[in-house]
Amino acid sequence: MKRELPLFLTAVIGIFMILSFFVPHQWVSVPADFLQTCAIIVVAFGYVLGGANVLRVNLEAISKREPDWAFKLVLVGSLVVTFVVGIFDGIRSHGAFPGENSPSKWIYDNMYSAMGATMFALLAFFIASAAFRAFRIRTFEAGLLAVAALIVMLGRVPVGDVMTSWLPEWMRLGSLQQWIMDFPQNASKRAILIGAALGVMATGLRVILGIERSYLSGED
Amino acid sequence: MGFVDWVSRLDRRWIFLTMGLLVLGPLLHPLALPIHVTPPVRGFVTAVDAVPKGSTVLMSCDYDPASIPEMVPMTRTAFRHLMSRDCHVVVTCLWAGGAGLVDSIITEVAREFPGKTYGVDWVNLGYKAGNEAVMVVLGQGISNAFPRDYWGHDVKSLPMMSSVRDYSSFPLLVNISAGYPGTKEWVQQVQGRFHLKMVAGVTAVSAPEYYPYLQSGQLQGLLGGMAGAAEYEVARGEKGSATRGMDGQSLGHLFVALCIIMGNVVARVQKKKER
Amino acid sequence: MFATAALVTALTLWGSPLRAQDAVPAAPDSLAAGSSSEPSSHAAPAPASGLAVTDAPNDAGRSLALSWKASPNDAPGRLDVTNYLLERSIAPAGPWSPVDSVLAGTLTLNDGSVRRDVDYFYRVTSVGPGGRTLAGSVTGPVRATSQWINSTRYSVMLLSGLFFAFVLYFIGSAQAGKKPFIRRIPGVDAIEEAIGRATEMGRPVLYVPGVTDIDDIQTVAGLVILENVAKVTARYQTPIRVPVPYPIPFAIAEDMVKSGYLHAGRPEQYDPDSVRFISPEQFAYVAAVTGIMLRDKPAAHIFMGAFFAESLLLAETGFSTGAIQVAGTANVHQLPFFVVACDYTLIGEELFAASAYLSGEPKLVGSLKGADLIKVVIIAIVIVGCVLETLGRHGLTTWLSTQ
Repeated sequence: MKRELPLFLTAVIGIFMILSFFVPHQWVSVPADFLQTCAIIVVAFGYVLGGANVLRVNLEAISKREPDWAFKLVLVGSLVVTFVVGIFDGIRSHGAFPGENSPSKWIYDNMYSAMGATMFALLAFFIASAAFRAFRIRTFEAGLLAVAALIVMLGRVPVGDVMTSWLPEWMRLGSLQQWIMDFPQNASKRAILIGAALGVMATGLRVILGIERSYLSGED
Repeated sequence: MGFVDWVSRLDRRWIFLTMGLLVLGPLLHPLALPIHVTPPVRGFVTAVDAVPKGSTVLMSCDYDPASIPEMVPMTRTAFRHLMSRDCHVVVTCLWAGGAGLVDSIITEVAREFPGKTYGVDWVNLGYKAGNEAVMVVLGQGISNAFPRDYWGHDVKSLPMMSSVRDYSSFPLLVNISAGYPGTKEWVQQVQGRFHLKMVAGVTAVSAPEYYPYLQSGQLQGLLGGMAGAAEYEVARGEKGSATRGMDGQSLGHLFVALCIIMGNVVARVQKKKER
Repeated sequence: MFATAALVTALTLWGSPLRAQDAVPAAPDSLAAGSSSEPSSHAAPAPASGLAVTDAPNDAGRSLALSWKASPNDAPGRLDVTNYLLERSIAPAGPWSPVDSVLAGTLTLNDGSVRRDVDYFYRVTSVGPGGRTLAGSVTGPVRATSQWINSTRYSVMLLSGLFFAFVLYFIGSAQAGKKPFIRRIPGVDAIEEAIGRATEMGRPVLYVPGVTDIDDIQTVAGLVILENVAKVTARYQTPIRVPVPYPIPFAIAEDMVKSGYLHAGRPEQYDPDSVRFISPEQFAYVAAVTGIMLRDKPAAHIFMGAFFAESLLLAETGFSTGAIQVAGTANVHQLPFFVVACDYTLIGEELFAASAYLSGEPKLVGSLKGADLIKVVIIAIVIVGCVLETLGRHGLTTWLSTQ
């Protein structure tokens, strides 16, 4: 029963949602809209579960003085401080987002934003090192790929056009990269997208029909 | 041969340092390389220009602070563009970490228009969890998904929102997004279903993914990364942070190209040596 | 088939549209024709005409489509008409409530605030600096009705039906004992090899199920593969680390790993700390995962699911630790990064095929075969569509476009 009920619910709701794509009538669209709203609420509740796991795993590591436990202390400390400050700010602003001069906004602007942007900026360095280390032209196809990559990379930025400004318009890197993006790139991307979309549909169907059931629970 | 050996043993932190300096240098001393406006960006500008003055546009800013350099210049220019055309703008955010950032940007741009008032000329609905589900619920009614705005006001009480019901109230959807949920989901869930005209600004790395939508006409225009944002600024006659950043990005791209070439030269020479 | 089409047509026509010819004369009220609401040097604009209201098709009776002919004074460059005011009432004599005011030049409007199966009357007023002029007649009654079928989606319905039929047919034939052939997927074969290597080195396996929530089917695919991976790690008695960014996939991942150990006959070896919730924040998640890579030094990194900008951050950091790396994603724009930085990469639909391939269960493999067959149909449609469009025939394209 523990397994049959979720399977049954998945099948009924899944088929119903597929049906709602084709049937606009209120007998179908109104319950479908309701289910969509339910999804938002269920997602919100899931965070409680996640927060509890973070605390359990990290508090355990701190109490056992596992290696790097001090970092876990920083993590738990930051979590608690941000959470408490957020709650107080939320109460003060009557449930709205915190205002310009609130402590939450300070944490957001000066810590969260800065750390997020730093992590993303690392990408520039990693791309350079990956390009140097891994982009090897071993075959003719890889050679074509490298030429296309160089044209697009330089053509996307002003320096490409500056380098080729002496050439006729259609031969400049900017025009060549636009052609590559519009045609060969687009065609292959579409093929992969169609394949992946069918994969999505097939997986969806397997889940709805209960063929792919392992995601439900480990117990038979 | 000595040089090749030296390059092959190079600690990757030297590559990081060079990249850092190449990006930083032009930010301090701009090279002022010329920027040309490409067709996808022109499409974006034309689509916004085609919106009748006074109509209400939905602008969803789906990103967080990680993608500030690419997303913020686009948001700034797009919001300014809409305001200067006397459009009313409804702003939403589907990324939990983005709502505060987006509010700061639009508030800052709105200050440039002293005659414009919050609730009359623009509304920030803030963040809502639920990804695609939110997009679908918005189709049932804006206030169904966002009963309160970013500041906690009842959305229905805002003067601008009295004439805004659902997607049919918007002649255009502007989406600035850095990933999921973002442009792909807006195209699939909203453009595809409600046939809303749509333009998008996305990160450079994900831009190729949206070219099929651009070619099929589902997207009227596309800004790809900082380059797209810079072209948009040039098309609008502005000189914003994207234009300033393009010199650094140019040198960065040039360096990556050089890395690919160097990496291959080194590999080939070493292979020859091994033989 | 024809009977169904006829039934659907009948249903669509059921809420038959009411046109302008049903218009009834306007009741006189304060907005009477020619009246001027404010003194101006301009004359009041000529009225708009021909207001037609029809039930918007293919919806749940939520809207009516309005269209009208412009006032003769509404021309580009002339400022005699600034707006058209649309009003609605449930009786031809009023009282009237405004629906919307649209700018001059706009000649259509969708009234999405109507109630289903209620009769409405509409009227249009030209508004200009010289005053307001009401159109000579009121249009109505007209009602919004619900339709049972969205007639623009027949093409999707047919193709989806065909797809489901193919999948079910091949599942059935696989169950009957005809196991379909499935080509080798080197990336999936490499997973076991990678786990084997981790076992030899006495180091854990890191499994990353993407960075999206459960509503992305790639996450579902990643979690299904996780169960198979957990089975192998349980068999080899190798620890597994699964950092998960969202709470619901986290709960499922816990079950998957538990289930993998159970199926491998080693439930006692399951470590409740092996699956960890991290954070839905993209880069906080990356920081945590790269931290695990650098501290725990897993010998195998398996990335299966939806990835964005973090793909290269994870794969490059992983490479620097010397781990064997297998990745799979349907996020096409991240594939190049995985291809350069990982040892094996599953491209696009291979991610969705991997669970069937790994488990070898005939029913799952059968569903792959169905997907392959529909691909042939799509290729045929693309070719025929290209030929027809080249010849200037747009019938197929129109039939395929949905609303």
